[in-house]
Amino acid sequence: MSAPSLVKPEAVPVTRSPAKPLTFGARLRRDWPLILMCVPAMLLLAVFHYLPALGNVIAFQDYNPFAGDSPLQAFLQSEWIGFGNFQYLFETPAFWESVRNTLGITAFQLIFYFPVPIALALLLNSIMSPRLRSFVQSVVYLPHFFSWVLVVSLFQMMLGGAGLIAQTARDAGFTAPDFMTNPDTFYFLITSQAIWKDAGWGMIVFLAALAAIDPNLYEAAAADGAGRMRRFWHITLPGLRPVIVLLLILRLGDALNVGFEQFYLQREAVGRDAAEVLDTYVYFQGIGVQQWGVGAAAGLFKALVGLLLILGANKIAHRLGEQGIYSKS
Amino acid sequence: MTTLAALKPRRPDGRPVWEEKPTLLGRFGKGTILTLVVLLVLVPLWVVVVTSLSSTETIDAAGGYVFLPREFNPSAYVVIFSGGQVTDAVLVSTLVTVIGTALSLTVTVLAAYGLSRPGTVLHRPILFYFLLTFLIYPGMIPSYLVVTGLGLKDNLLALVVPAAVSAFNLVVLRAFFMGIPSELLDSARIDGAGEFRILFRIVLPLSRAVTAVVGLFYAVGYWNTFFNAVLYLDRNDLQPVQRVLQMFILAGQSPTNAGAGSVVHLPGIGYTAPPNLAIKMAVVVVTLVPALIVYPFIQRHFTKGVIVGAVKG
Repeated sequence: MSAPSLVKPEAVPVTRSPAKPLTFGARLRRDWPLILMCVPAMLLLAVFHYLPALGNVIAFQDYNPFAGDSPLQAFLQSEWIGFGNFQYLFETPAFWESVRNTLGITAFQLIFYFPVPIALALLLNSIMSPRLRSFVQSVVYLPHFFSWVLVVSLFQMMLGGAGLIAQTARDAGFTAPDFMTNPDTFYFLITSQAIWKDAGWGMIVFLAALAAIDPNLYEAAAADGAGRMRRFWHITLPGLRPVIVLLLILRLGDALNVGFEQFYLQREAVGRDAAEVLDTYVYFQGIGVQQWGVGAAAGLFKALVGLLLILGANKIAHRLGEQGIYSKS
Repeated sequence: MTTLAALKPRRPDGRPVWEEKPTLLGRFGKGTILTLVVLLVLVPLWVVVVTSLSSTETIDAAGGYVFLPREFNPSAYVVIFSGGQVTDAVLVSTLVTVIGTALSLTVTVLAAYGLSRPGTVLHRPILFYFLLTFLIYPGMIPSYLVVTGLGLKDNLLALVVPAAVSAFNLVVLRAFFMGIPSELLDSARIDGAGEFRILFRIVLPLSRAVTAVVGLFYAVGYWNTFFNAVLYLDRNDLQPVQRVLQMFILAGQSPTNAGAGSVVHLPGIGYTAPPNLAIKMAVVVVTLVPALIVYPFIQRHFTKGVIVGAVKG
């Protein structure tokens, strides 16, 4: 399936004359401006990414912000209590409820969200007119650039108790249910919000995979008498398979991440029983009711399990002969 | 991409000669679904814009949200932009977006260029340092303690610095920089140009499009910033637009501190007091318009880049 390649082959490294390799000091003298360029970004990450990552150790403290004048002082003065926070956490039903909600939402979205971008990509790929196609593409990518506040607000205006649907139904003499405050339909609500916001954007990678399928395969299959369905089953699906498997595995590895703002914004309206996920639990435990250590412990639990899931999922990806998130070297 | 497939015979409607004629039912179904998808995105936006431009009478006649435009009454916009919370919020968000994007783009471009030549000293450990951010997250609680510990409570920098560097954007830029032929850079070096001069005189002019897109991505992120404002800002006059949107639409606050109840005089319309609903919708439009403006640029350059990157694997 190799089309004539217009891409320049990889540049061959210039072969040095066999001189002795440069010493570290000489290389440093040669390259220091490049390293200097990396320093600002590294410093920002050190302070706002890695320092807080290390700060997770307060999960093992009875952290008391009033123990010192600054958070650092307070950290140094606070008492170390080993796994006390974790013990408290694991004995708290509300924590397990948030874990259950998180996993439930992940499972739900795996079934009802995951196929949507694939279906959209297939639909779009079958449009022949390039203009219509790029118009539809522009429209469905757009909501990806809206904030969650905006998306939830728009849903409130459409589906809420005083929203457009309720208003139209009232005019027609019906009463529409208020979807925005109903815990029973909450999974459907958040999934449709996720679809509205991101399904179009998620479609890009599938469109790319579809574009990479050699059209000659379709022609050859058609010449051999394969109809639409068989071409789809034997060419399109196998062409998409690596991408689907990879994204599925990545999503599994990310099972504890369902997003934060979407739930933070709707937790009050829908109620904690349905809308409390791990991330909101961390927030309301830690910053809301000021149990800093417990909140940090929940966060650390999530981070560690998340890391294990990612690495595990990646291992599965390699087992299946897929590439995974980092290549196995 | 010019491949042999592009040269194959096609029917006038773009269909390859071997493909079956589409069935009437199939075309009808496809058309319906496509129309539905497009309407699902556009109708809410349309209703918001039309309602924001409506007068009290129109809104009352419609019973709330307005679908068919009957007039062009910008009084809601005049009110929210003549002082008050929304005006403050727009200024705050603009400031945060401009300063944040400038900072983020500067440090990201510098680091991406610094890392664009494998084989330089310490290249691998520094790259690893950036990539590790994908695996290790800072927790929310320690982040909060660090930012407040630095005295950034009620300081707009709290919306900027914690999110200033995205390793993803860095990797995207670095990949592009690595694609620039090294002969070009070497010849400049032989002519005596230093690394900073090479970056600003050769590399950046060659990568204007990708740099612009990364900048726009940062800008959209800063404009959409919401939760950091919940965490770090208590003062009312420092809230960004997303937070004001949340207060008015989701928390059901009456937009009085955005000027509801005040009367404005408009040429051609006369004295008019915009209804609360129109004011709320105008706030929605204000939060959404910047995304709409930058969107065509992102659309043009980035989607192409993503697709090329994804195909290459």
